[in-house]
Amino acid sequence: MNNELERKHTKLVRKLFFVVIAMFGFGFALVPIYDVFCDITGLNGKTAQVAAVETKYEIDTTREITVEFVTSLNESAPMLFFAETKKIKVHPGQYYTVNFYAENKTNKPMIARAIPSITPGPAANFFKKTECFCFTEQRFEPNQGKTMPVRFVVDTDLPAKYKTITLAYTFFDNSTISVKQ
Amino acid sequence: MRKTKQLLTVIGLMTIGIGVAQADYTMNLMQGATKLSHEVYEMHMIALWICVAVGVVVFGVMFYSIYYHRKSMGHKAEQFHENTTIEIIWTIIPTIILVIMAIPATKAMIAIDDTSDTEMTIKVTGWQWKWEYEYLEEGIHFFSSLDEESNKARHVGSGIDPQSVPHYLLNVDNPVVIPINTKIRFLFTAADVIHSWWVPDLGWKKDTVPGFINENWTMVDEPGTYRGQCAELCGQDHAFMPIVLIAMEKVDYAEWVKEQKALVIANANAANREWSVDELITKGAGVYANNCASCHMGDGKGMQGVFPALSGSPVVTGDIETQIELIMNGKGMMPAFAQMLSPVDFASVVTFIRNDLSNTVGDSIQPSIIQEKQSAITVDEDDV
Amino acid sequence: MSAVTVENDDHHDHGPAKGFMRWIVTTNHKDIGTMYLVFALAMFFVGGVMALIIRSELFEPGMQFVEPQFFNSMTTMHALVMIFGAVMPAFVGFANWQIPMMIGAPDMALPRMNNMSFWMLVAGILLLFSTLFVEGGAPAAGWTMYPPLVLQTGNALPFAIFSIHLLGISSIMGAINIIATIFNMRAPAMSLMKMPLFVWTWIITAFLLIAIMPVFAGAVTMLLTDRFFDTSFFDAAGGGDPVLYQHLFWFFGHPEVYVLILPTFGIASTIIPVFARKPLFGYASMVYATAAIAFLSFIVWAHHMFLVGMPLVGELYFMYATMIIAVPTAVKVFNWTATMWKGAMTFETPMLFSVAFVILFTIGGFTGLMMSLAPVDFQYHDTYFIVAHFHYVLVPASIFMIMAGCYFWLPKWTGNMYDERLGKLHFWLSVISVNILFFPQHFLGLAGMPRRIPDYAVQFADWNMISSIGAFVYGFSQLLFVYIVYKTIRGIDCEKATDEVWEGASEHGLEWRLPSPVPYHTFETPPDEIPTEHF
Repeated sequence: MNNELERKHTKLVRKLFFVVIAMFGFGFALVPIYDVFCDITGLNGKTAQVAAVETKYEIDTTREITVEFVTSLNESAPMLFFAETKKIKVHPGQYYTVNFYAENKTNKPMIARAIPSITPGPAANFFKKTECFCFTEQRFEPNQGKTMPVRFVVDTDLPAKYKTITLAYTFFDNSTISVKQ
Repeated sequence: MRKTKQLLTVIGLMTIGIGVAQADYTMNLMQGATKLSHEVYEMHMIALWICVAVGVVVFGVMFYSIYYHRKSMGHKAEQFHENTTIEIIWTIIPTIILVIMAIPATKAMIAIDDTSDTEMTIKVTGWQWKWEYEYLEEGIHFFSSLDEESNKARHVGSGIDPQSVPHYLLNVDNPVVIPINTKIRFLFTAADVIHSWWVPDLGWKKDTVPGFINENWTMVDEPGTYRGQCAELCGQDHAFMPIVLIAMEKVDYAEWVKEQKALVIANANAANREWSVDELITKGAGVYANNCASCHMGDGKGMQGVFPALSGSPVVTGDIETQIELIMNGKGMMPAFAQMLSPVDFASVVTFIRNDLSNTVGDSIQPSIIQEKQSAITVDEDDV
Repeated sequence: MSAVTVENDDHHDHGPAKGFMRWIVTTNHKDIGTMYLVFALAMFFVGGVMALIIRSELFEPGMQFVEPQFFNSMTTMHALVMIFGAVMPAFVGFANWQIPMMIGAPDMALPRMNNMSFWMLVAGILLLFSTLFVEGGAPAAGWTMYPPLVLQTGNALPFAIFSIHLLGISSIMGAINIIATIFNMRAPAMSLMKMPLFVWTWIITAFLLIAIMPVFAGAVTMLLTDRFFDTSFFDAAGGGDPVLYQHLFWFFGHPEVYVLILPTFGIASTIIPVFARKPLFGYASMVYATAAIAFLSFIVWAHHMFLVGMPLVGELYFMYATMIIAVPTAVKVFNWTATMWKGAMTFETPMLFSVAFVILFTIGGFTGLMMSLAPVDFQYHDTYFIVAHFHYVLVPASIFMIMAGCYFWLPKWTGNMYDERLGKLHFWLSVISVNILFFPQHFLGLAGMPRRIPDYAVQFADWNMISSIGAFVYGFSQLLFVYIVYKTIRGIDCEKATDEVWEGASEHGLEWRLPSPVPYHTFETPPDEIPTEHF
């Protein structure tokens, strides 16, 4: 009787323990799931982390979308950073290239990373970048300034309700982290 | 004296229960200054009255039962314990009420989401513990932090009665100004931690997340001054980064824009001229009080174990370059001031710290040199 | 409780060990239950002192007593201590005492693990307190610990995170134990749908804990690696996302708030029928409603994040899903009301607390419903309206029912009736002061006062002062509770409790068929018959 109960306990506890481990794993699994989810829904205005392949679209000349470029520096980034074009009107399906300028204001080498973010969030999926300085970390020599191009296209499938897309870049100084790695 | 009087009033009000009637006792959501905020207010009232109505019915039944179905009243307990019909009814009724509430809420949500066709854009950046505003079209750019009077009064043992400070904790040095009857888009981001930009009169608040951009819009109907605060815990001075939004007639707004642009040029000129050490120290005292004293204390003695003392600190008494770099880039809890202080303010506060607060280093730094070192803002303004 | 149990132990085989070691090594569910409850009470006062520090600072505008950083530590620690140190352990204490007796089992399924989970809880809480003394102060980023702010915490961060790990492991072990007990050790006649509702709510709570605690542990572990091992789960600089933490946290956090309320529902559903002298109305629908609330709690988390910038569809989905929770919750309130309806009610202290619970919890539910409306939540969010809401569902709901449970079962546990006159005094002091404390906070929030601020604009002064007065009256009235409990345990001028304790209670639960005080070992052979009030 008692042995049977022991066995039942062991079996159940093993199962529950498995659930606990699985849920711990699930917590970590949520990290990539979240990224995928953001990619699909444009949650949080995240854009693709890798370059899109330049494919040909039929240019939709009936519509004009305003694309704005906004730049920020995280508090720890001793840099100068601005968009050379602040605002541009584009036709969906047509490729455009705009330039950004960034400069290291210190006399030490710097590794910095620009994080893109788009608002309204759901438009992020329709904003494709074939070239961007945000895909990799950027290395700056002491006091070096760089002009960096971004080549993009607005997908012709962009829902009609989005008339303005704002692309924001924030530069983070990752020198200390990257040096450690 | 004042305290006692206030306490007595409060107790008095509680005993007679007329607190409600007092004008000072704001109890409800404000209607706000925009069409949207009125809608939000209406919805709040609908939800409130639905809840009150449901409450009256449920509590009414309960109190009836509590009064009449008591053992001391000789009531005998009945033994029923199930009734499928009534259970179905009281599942369906709340569902219907919910649907009724969901309809206006959905409409309002869609309205809030519609950021299209805005006429101007202001970018708001949250900092520990101030706001940065950037008018994208006009190129106007400034920081906005707690005004000096509130800032002096807000410290433990300041000896200043908050009641004597006009708009205590709800006043800033540089308010954000907007024209009325204009659909304005706000972009939100942060430079350090998450903040939340909230002016109750606009009917919404929005989180500012470092590395990410959010947006929202407003259209204010009436000229006026609308006050708000940071709503997301962002560190020790979370309570001390208010927002003041001034809505103006379009003509007045145009005038304000002109003034701001003139100011940019004046500031640049100020940074380029030679400043005397005394001038810098005098100016620096004010900058110090507004930016440094909350941690390092007014006398520069800091707080044991938490905030280092500046008086006699090796960083302060050592090489001036090291100190400038530390203030520019921050360290740990210390924010980076590179973008927050103008060249003049920066140079003057460095000079002040080195020659006051029981320090006697004797050297100084010119605003023009700081301007050289400084990043984005200054040059960005030139660029505009 | 100890002394009484020892004196009345009529089992000759193996009673409790003598002396202090009894409490260290005990594997008896009643001893462990007692320890949990005493610990919870102690933490209730520690957390309460923190609350009073907060309310003192907020008594009037201006900074009077503490620095803002310490104030933030207090709000953070108050929440952590009250949630993980007071309310959850109190529920586990009730589970330990009552579940075996309610289902006719001799003890918990895994007695040694039971002991371990208690001492791990103590270790976790002590570790948490130790952060008050490290450089940089205790965690001050709120109990939600949002990055990047929380990563600015001083040396306290790793201690706080490790403490959360310990608390998490402790409550997971407790939950596993409870599930094993309920699944494997019920008396043969006790089918699942005949279990008392307290047992039902606890098993659902236990499953919630098992599902969410590991996720929380994972999330804080990511904070730890972000801070010390250069990962960037939540750091935008490395391609991470601070908002991801909020999703992880609230995936834990929302079910967690139900962990804090479901056992409360169970206690209320146990107490109200006894004093209405009627069976619980709608037993089956109560079980289903509880399960529905638990299920819904997993799919509504982002209503805590309406402001982070979700797309419209996200906002709408989370709004609708959240509103649906009102339905099962309303069903429960209706069922309690129907249980009272046409009963023969008496109003001893446990019943008074239960009636207050139903009413005040409903008010908390109403504000919850208002907050579910996303566009209006744009105003409510992060204000004192929220503070008022969750304190209404935690203090006059959870805490009140924990008090009610103590009054209800204490006579059974100790064999002594508590002092009814003092009990009623405690009730009236509590119920009045708790409303003075929290009701004005609704007004403050609506008028525009953000939460988690140590100082405020002068127009918020009056309601804050009233709220603080309520806080002090409420806080000090709880000392009366300690006195009443002490008196009852020691049997100082108390009547002896009968075996049934409450009139007709033996029709409502197995525990009332045992002698008072309950012997150290009970139901070593399962009972043949169980109460059948529901059928």
